[in-house]
Amino acid sequence: MQKVITDQVAELLAGFGRLGNFVGDMARSLRDFKVWLGLTAVQMRRIGVDSLPISLLVAAFTGVVLALLSRYIFTGAVPMYFVGTLVGKAIMMELGPVLVCLALAGRVGASIAAELGTMRVTEQVDALETLAYDIQSFLVVPRVIAATLMFPVIVAFAVTAGLLTGWLTSVTLIDLSTVDFLKGLRLFYQFKDIWFGLLKSMSFGFTIALIGCMKGLNTRGGAEGVGRATTQAVVVSAGMILVLDALWAVLLL
Amino acid sequence: MGCFVVVIVFREVHKAFGENKVLQGFSLDVNDGETIAIIGYSGSGKSVALKHIVGLLEPDSGEVEVDGELVHALDAAGLRALRSKIGYVFQFAALFDSMSVADNIALGLRRQGLSEREIGHRIEESLALVDLAGSEEKFPIELSGGMRKRVGIARAIALRPQYILYDEPTTGLDPVTRAMMDELMIRVREKLGVTGIAVTHDMKSAYAIADRIAMLYHGRVRQVGTVDEIQRSHDSVVRQFIEGRPEAAADAGATQASL
Ligand SMILES: Nc1ncnc2c1ncn2[C@@H]1O[C@H](COP(=O)(O)OP(=O)(O)OP(=O)(O)O)[C@@H](O)[C@H]1O
Ligand SMILES: [Mg+2]
Repeated sequence: MQKVITDQVAELLAGFGRLGNFVGDMARSLRDFKVWLGLTAVQMRRIGVDSLPISLLVAAFTGVVLALLSRYIFTGAVPMYFVGTLVGKAIMMELGPVLVCLALAGRVGASIAAELGTMRVTEQVDALETLAYDIQSFLVVPRVIAATLMFPVIVAFAVTAGLLTGWLTSVTLIDLSTVDFLKGLRLFYQFKDIWFGLLKSMSFGFTIALIGCMKGLNTRGGAEGVGRATTQAVVVSAGMILVLDALWAVLLL
Repeated sequence: MGCFVVVIVFREVHKAFGENKVLQGFSLDVNDGETIAIIGYSGSGKSVALKHIVGLLEPDSGEVEVDGELVHALDAAGLRALRSKIGYVFQFAALFDSMSVADNIALGLRRQGLSEREIGHRIEESLALVDLAGSEEKFPIELSGGMRKRVGIARAIALRPQYILYDEPTTGLDPVTRAMMDELMIRVREKLGVTGIAVTHDMKSAYAIADRIAMLYHGRVRQVGTVDEIQRSHDSVVRQFIEGRPEAAADAGATQASL
């Protein structure tokens, strides 16, 4: 039993060691900007196009639920314009970034792992290397930078959609006036409400792309290996999002 | 026999994947300007041996030397320089499936910093050489296996490399195309003066393209010699392989019977 636990701890530490090495290699490849700069633009467009619909969907429904939930909590106890406060803070600071990025772990992370995993098992990665390309600067850096830059943008759109549906729900289903909703929204507003959520999104984007690349490039053995890498990428990055989320809360709230 | 300059050296290379000992003291010298064929049973480690030359795999022990430099001791820049001298034709072509045929060929050329005009010219030329002129805009998915293979060859020769490594360049091609590819490899060698290593199962093509033939068996070179020497070999393992007698596989205890 004890051995099992020590083995698992050793495995976990080894995992972090590999992650550290990988990030080190990646940082070194940043010098190669002539290679990655153009490719990053391509990846940004891809991530944007892939992610926007699902992100808007997730945030929009969250907005509806939050508005109804806060009416349920506040009825009779707190002035109803607090619905705007709760919807605003919750979507901007927590639910927007976290729910959207969890969904994107399944979308962006999985597609990166599957793509690079397929390239690995079909020897396309080897072929790139023999053509004197550095796979870090050609494959990894563009995806990681693109995700880090695009995730906050996508989350910003999603948060906007969530606020809109929260507001629509308030005026149609809760009988809250637009004026009251906005009053609540502005009540305890600080600039931090916005940058906190966007900073988190950046860190989630970085993590999702990094883990997707790592799992993809370490794929072993055929189609089954690609499937395994993809699943692992999603599971590990979803876990990392939750851990990071707590970490940011401890550090910055 | 004359003064050969040895350009690629395998020295007592050992390589295992877990329990699976693939190379066990593999030693081979490749001379400047020659084409050497490596033959051997499926799974005997021919592809693994080739990958050591470009540093895709590292030996567990022993060393591989190219142009007097130890491959596994090179830093990133050194490895890049080495790789740009080598054209590698992968066994399953390994084309980039998100890119058109033209872009597949252009990628390595761009890395060498050639002008777009020169790149366009090389693409056209190398596709014509493999008899695929006009396929620039096709994607790998639209090509047959044999066509993919030929694009893989075009991608390697477009680089005008000093060394070219063919991993089963003619497996899976029809007899006519196969003969054409053999001719192509001979022409490439005459035209570019490249040193070549060709892994193959196909004795006919080995005899046609190679100056020397080395048989890889149980992780080592069983015999190496000129085409004549191999054809007249008295080694039972070599004889069985080149004559393609079925009991060879069983005798040899090879990992898999050769198809
Ligand atoms: N990356 C790898 N990881 C684990 N095992 C590998 C790897 N590459 C090759 N092997 C193993 O090494 C052995 C030799 O493989 P290799 O591909 O070199 O054979 P080969 O001689 O090229 O055969 P074929 O003629 O069928 O291509 C096989 O048993 C294979 O499973
Ligand atoms: Mg092979």
